Amino acid sequence: MTDADIIGFIRHEARLIDEQRFDEWLDLFTDDGRYWMPLDPDQTDWKLQQSLYNEDVFLLRLRCERLKSAKTYSQKPKSRCHHLLQTPEITRDGANFSTWTAFHYLETRLDEQTLYAGWSRHSLVEIDRKPRIQLKRIDLVNQDSAFAGIQLFM
Amino acid sequence: MRDFAALVRNGEVHRDVYTSSAVFDHEMTHLFAATWVFVGHASQIPNIGDFTTTTLGVAPVIMVRHTDKTIHVLHNRCPHKGTRVANDPCGNTGRFFRCPYHAWSFRTDGSVAAIPLPTGYAETQFKQSEAAGGMRPVGAVHSYRDFVFARLNSAGIGFDDYFGASLSSIDNMVDRSPEGRLEIAGGVLRYMHQCNWKMLVENLTDTCHPMVAHESSAGTAIAMAKALPGKHPAVEIYAPFMSPYAFYENMGIRVWPNGHGHTGVHGSIHSDYSAVPGYFDQMVAAYGEDRARAILDENRHNTVYFPNMTMKGPIQSLRIFKPIAADRTLVESWTFRLVGAPDQLLERTILYSRLINAPTSPVGHDDQEMYERAQDSLQSDSNPWVNMQRLLGADETEETAEANGTSERQMRNQFHAWQRFMTVAP
Repeated sequence: MTDADIIGFIRHEARLIDEQRFDEWLDLFTDDGRYWMPLDPDQTDWKLQQSLYNEDVFLLRLRCERLKSAKTYSQKPKSRCHHLLQTPEITRDGANFSTWTAFHYLETRLDEQTLYAGWSRHSLVEIDRKPRIQLKRIDLVNQDSAFAGIQLFM
Repeated sequence: MRDFAALVRNGEVHRDVYTSSAVFDHEMTHLFAATWVFVGHASQIPNIGDFTTTTLGVAPVIMVRHTDKTIHVLHNRCPHKGTRVANDPCGNTGRFFRCPYHAWSFRTDGSVAAIPLPTGYAETQFKQSEAAGGMRPVGAVHSYRDFVFARLNSAGIGFDDYFGASLSSIDNMVDRSPEGRLEIAGGVLRYMHQCNWKMLVENLTDTCHPMVAHESSAGTAIAMAKALPGKHPAVEIYAPFMSPYAFYENMGIRVWPNGHGHTGVHGSIHSDYSAVPGYFDQMVAAYGEDRARAILDENRHNTVYFPNMTMKGPIQSLRIFKPIAADRTLVESWTFRLVGAPDQLLERTILYSRLINAPTSPVGHDDQEMYERAQDSLQSDSNPWVNMQRLLGADETEETAEANGTSERQMRNQFHAWQRFMTVAP
């Protein structure tokens, strides 16, 4: 797995979200994968400390299935989103590797558009010569702000 | 002055109660000044000098542990130029607050400790000025089992008269700790709504919406769970939202005077959660078996502490709906640890709060969508009245009563109290 492969993977992941190809996006996670957005930048506990997101694959899939439902009223009309990524920094540890990616993320619906900024850290493993996400941790720069509702994925 | 009482009639309220900034301003100066408003929990400020900052209505206040260990609630305004003295959400100020503008300092009961260059006031009537009173305490403060409430007005209804039997919901939440004690834990989720604060409070006893508005999340969870090999803790939280109308009818509603009330008189969507190993034995050891069963069989759904705090005893969570403007409300979701109970209970509390009452919660998204659509469409002049007539009785008063769980009785109960407190002289 070259650095270019890994950088390409991170870009591809963001593109799948932006194009709302959520089933393909979910396939990037391992079976025990997790999507985590802590409430505190120093947080290490996701059980007894609150988080904005702490989703195993079941909960992520539930969100994606809900987005397809005809009765998802908060998505009438639908939200759209846009990622702008900085080039990921890569750290290797044997067969495992992790990336650190600064990002801007924009979510929009009707006439409202909200900009979020932060850093995502992917813990990746190689399975069948492809990277898979074991943990995607997202730290927003303003994780303690009162948000108006984040409906898609960063 | 506008006749605010006329905005409420039998089973209907005028849309201006949600949309008018004049009504909102009057709520802040009258309703939120005359009632007992939730400030915070004593476990937030265990040590001398610990403080939190919050708002009562729109009035900025500080809750602080004074040098003698008592809890004081002070207006967060320097008596000199009006600068907000404490700006952090929480912290420790030691024995004094010090204004960052001109270094006036105050004891933690609000009294003036020192003013630089005091000779400048020697030949003035400073001692007779408003400023000499220091940081003003609010009208009255009362802590009930560590839940701290305050009344802004110095005269008015007493704490016990105001809350009466509604305190039983706080009792049940606290009694669920084998040590009879709660601690705030896990962090606070905050989210912003472009709607009136009352819409959120009313939704808490609206039992005809979960199976409709939340079908996309709860219904999808039930459908997906069928393919799961085992149980997922989120499904047990989501699934009861899809209970049929008959379930909610049988849950029942109880109303109390002064706008308080709760859903879930005879069990609720929280009744059938999995037992946490070891917890019941701890409760029996603490209370005896009969009392332990009585505590744990009380599964109230949402209790409204009028005007703007609601709690879930069986989940150990509460929400505060902080009014910011007629069309803007800040929600805070707080979670508690049952001191002495297994960690799995706090884990469930935190999971529940994130799944249901968070800015990232799909359930929350669909609720928010309903409120904000209403806030916008109430601008329509086609019909100025909002309907709350469901199961309206012939001669409803504010006395304690029980009703069918799908009744809008508690919403009407809130507006009875609203009418009275909007017309109390400050």
